[in-house]
Amino acid sequence: MSARLTLDPALVARARELAGLAAQPVIDLATRHTTVSVERAVLRLAGLEGTDPVTGEGEIPWVNRVVDVVREQVGLEHGVALPVWHAIASGAAAGLQDVAEQVGAGTARFEVPVGGDEERAREAALAAVGAGLDRVDAARRRREELVATHGDPPRRPWIYLIVATGDIYEDIPQAQAAARAGADVIAVIRSTGQSLLDYVPEGATRTGYAGTYATQENFRLMRAALDDVSAELGRYVRLTNYASGLCMPEIAALAGLERLDMMLNDAMYGILFRDINPIRTFVDQRFSRMVHARAGIIINTGEDNYLTTADAVDEAHTVTVSQLLNERFAREAGLEDWQLGLGHAFEINPTVPDSFRLELAHAMLARALFPDAPLKWMPPTKHMTGDVFGGYLLDGFFNLAGALTDQGILLVGMMTEAVVTPWLSDRDLALRNVRYVLDAAGGLTEDFAPPPGGFIDRRAHTVLSEAVALLETITADGLLPAIAQGTFGITKRPADRGKGLDGVVVKAPGHLDPATELMEGRA
Amino acid sequence: MTVIRPYGDTTGDGMVQTSFTLPVPPGPRAEGAALQLAGKMGIHPAMVVHSHGIGEGFTFFVVYGSVTHLVDTDEVEVEERDYPLLSPTEVNGAIKARLHRKLVVMGACIGTDAHTVGIDAILNLKGFAGEKGLEYYREMDVANLGAQVTVPELVTRARAARADAVLVSQVVTQKDAHLRNTRELAGAFREAMGETRPLLVVGGPRFDPAMARDLGVDKVFGRGTTPGEVASYLVSALLPSPEETAA
Repeated sequence: MSARLTLDPALVARARELAGLAAQPVIDLATRHTTVSVERAVLRLAGLEGTDPVTGEGEIPWVNRVVDVVREQVGLEHGVALPVWHAIASGAAAGLQDVAEQVGAGTARFEVPVGGDEERAREAALAAVGAGLDRVDAARRRREELVATHGDPPRRPWIYLIVATGDIYEDIPQAQAAARAGADVIAVIRSTGQSLLDYVPEGATRTGYAGTYATQENFRLMRAALDDVSAELGRYVRLTNYASGLCMPEIAALAGLERLDMMLNDAMYGILFRDINPIRTFVDQRFSRMVHARAGIIINTGEDNYLTTADAVDEAHTVTVSQLLNERFAREAGLEDWQLGLGHAFEINPTVPDSFRLELAHAMLARALFPDAPLKWMPPTKHMTGDVFGGYLLDGFFNLAGALTDQGILLVGMMTEAVVTPWLSDRDLALRNVRYVLDAAGGLTEDFAPPPGGFIDRRAHTVLSEAVALLETITADGLLPAIAQGTFGITKRPADRGKGLDGVVVKAPGHLDPATELMEGRA
Repeated sequence: MTVIRPYGDTTGDGMVQTSFTLPVPPGPRAEGAALQLAGKMGIHPAMVVHSHGIGEGFTFFVVYGSVTHLVDTDEVEVEERDYPLLSPTEVNGAIKARLHRKLVVMGACIGTDAHTVGIDAILNLKGFAGEKGLEYYREMDVANLGAQVTVPELVTRARAARADAVLVSQVVTQKDAHLRNTRELAGAFREAMGETRPLLVVGGPRFDPAMARDLGVDKVFGRGTTPGEVASYLVSALLPSPEETAA
C-alpha cells in the first residue's frame, strides 16, 4: 500500500471535465484530417517493406514513394488504400510489392474507384491491413506468454536505462549488460536528426548521432537480444523506443509489429520541442496511440521536458495540465490506464528552500490524480551542472522521491548528465544508487503519510487549483491558440506553422483508412 | 609564488583523487594495473582506496595520491573577458542611444542538434542563473527559431529579419558535430552575405572559447555563460562606446 494524498474530488472531477472539453475540438480536428505518415503506416501494416533502389541514394522507402505518387495523381483526400487496392483488385498490379515496383518504374496509374470497384478495393484493403493487425495481436500475445514464462520485475518502480551509441551492434551488448546489471526497461535513444526525417530509415544501422536510428530491423534485432537475456535472467526485459517526430504513426506500427513494449509518445512534445506543425502532430498522435492501444504498448509522455525550459515550481501546474490532456487523448484513442506512463520530473532548483518537499508534493499529486497509471519519473537534468558529486546526491534524492511516491517507471539518473554520454562506470554507480535507495527505503511508503493541511498537502492542492485555472483558460481560448501563445514550455507554436504541415490533408467524405476502421471496430 | 601543487589538507601535499575503469576482472593484478596507470599519470605514491568489478571483465577504481607535477600560474593562458559587463538597463540604454532602433537577435540550434536548453537559457524570458534571457531586454527584438534549423534556413531568416546577431547553441558533440556545424554556419553566412553578415555567436558546454577565429565566427561562449554576458558582448561588439572605439 502506498502513501496517497486525498485530493478534493470536486476539483479532480472539474479538472478531467475541462481536459475533456479542451481536447474535444482537437480530437475532431484529428478525425477530419489524414497525413502522409498515417497513409504510409497503412501500407506498412499491409506489409510493404523495402526501399526504392533508384530514388535518391536508395534510402527512400517504398511506402513514401507510393504515397507521394498517389498524392500526385489522385490526391490523398480519399486515402492511399482505395487507389492502391483498386490497382490490385482490378488486376493492374499483382500485389502490393508490384504496385511499388510500378511506382518505381513510373508506370503506375492510380485512380479513385467508385461503386462496385470501390467496395471491392475496400474489402481488399481491409483484408490486407487486417493481416498486419493480426501480426500486431500475435506480438501482443507473445509478450504476454513471455511475461508469464519469465516474470515481471520483482518490484516497482521498474528501472529504466538508456543506451545510445549510434550503432545497433554496439547497443546490443550494452543493453544486455544493462539488463544483467538490473535494468528492467531498455530505451534505445534515437539519432537526434530522426524526428524531422519524413521517412523511416531501413535496415540495421551503425551511424547515428547521439543515438541509433529507429528502424524495423533495429527493433527486431534488439528485441531478439533482449529475449535472450530475459530467458537468461528469468525476468522479461522491456524495450522502449520513440513514436514521435514526423513518422510517429509508422514508428508506432513498426513497434507493434516487432513487439516493442513501451513507446515515448507525447501529445504535444513534437509541437513544442521540434516545431512540428500542431495539426500534423495531433493527427499522427491519435493514429499512433490507437496502434499502441492495440499492441498493448505502454506509452511514456514527455511532461518532464517542459520543466527543462520552464521553472519547475512556477510551471508545475502546466505538467498537471499536460498529464490530464495526455490522459484524455490517450483514453480517446483506446489506451487503458495501465498503458499510461504519464511523465514528470525532479527538476526543482536544489537551492530553493524545501525543494525536496515540493518535489514530493508534485510527485504525490501525480500519483493521486492518476492512481492506475504507471507514472514515468524522470531524473534531474537542468540542475546537473557538471559537479558529479553533487549530482550523485541529487540523484539519490530523486530515487528516494520515486520510492516514497510509488512511481511506476524510474529513469535512472546519471551523475555525468550534461558532461558525457554515460560511461560504463556511470551506469554502474547510478544503478548502485537506485538499489541502495530502493533496498533501504522502498518500504517507507507504508510509514509515510503527509498530514492533511501540511506543507505537501497544501502544495499539491495549490498546483491542482492552478492547473484547473489554466484549463479554464485553455477551454475558453482553445487548445491550439494556447499552444500558439506559449502556454506550455514557453515556446510559441502557431497552428499554421511548423514542419510537416504540407503532409496534412483534409479527408474527403469517402476517405478510407482501413487501419483506423479496424482498430475502432467499425469494419 | 607562482609554482603551486594541488592541496589536500596541507600546503604542497599535491593530493588528488581520480576514478577510472580498466577492462580487466577485479583482483590483485587489476589493482596493480591501476597503480601502474596512476604512476604514469604522475601520482606517486598512489593508493587504490576502492575497486569493484563491473559486469564481466571490467573493474572500477578510486585512486588517491600525490601528484609529482608542478603548476606555474604565470604560464596559464585564459581568454579574459575583454568587454564590460552591463546590467539590462545599461544594455537597453546603449542600444537606444547608439543604434536608435531595436537590436535584432536571432537564435537557433542547427543541424541535427535538438537540445534547445542552451539557446533557451540565453534567449527565453526565464533566463538562466538568476538572469533574465534576452527576450527580457526591451530594446532587443529576439526570435528563437528552436531546434534542428538548417543552415540555409537560418541564413534566409536572418537576412529577411536583418538580424544584427545570430546566436547558435550546440550541445551534441558526438564525432565533433558541433565543430563541423559551426564551420558550415560560418561558411554559409560568408558566402551569402560577405562583409554584411550578422555577428555570429556560438555557444555550448564543450566549446573552447579560444576557437572563435579557427571556426570562422565572432565569438564562442562555453559552459556556464549567462544571458547578461551575451547581452554585454553584443553591445560591445556591435555598438562600441566612443571610449572603447578610441581604445
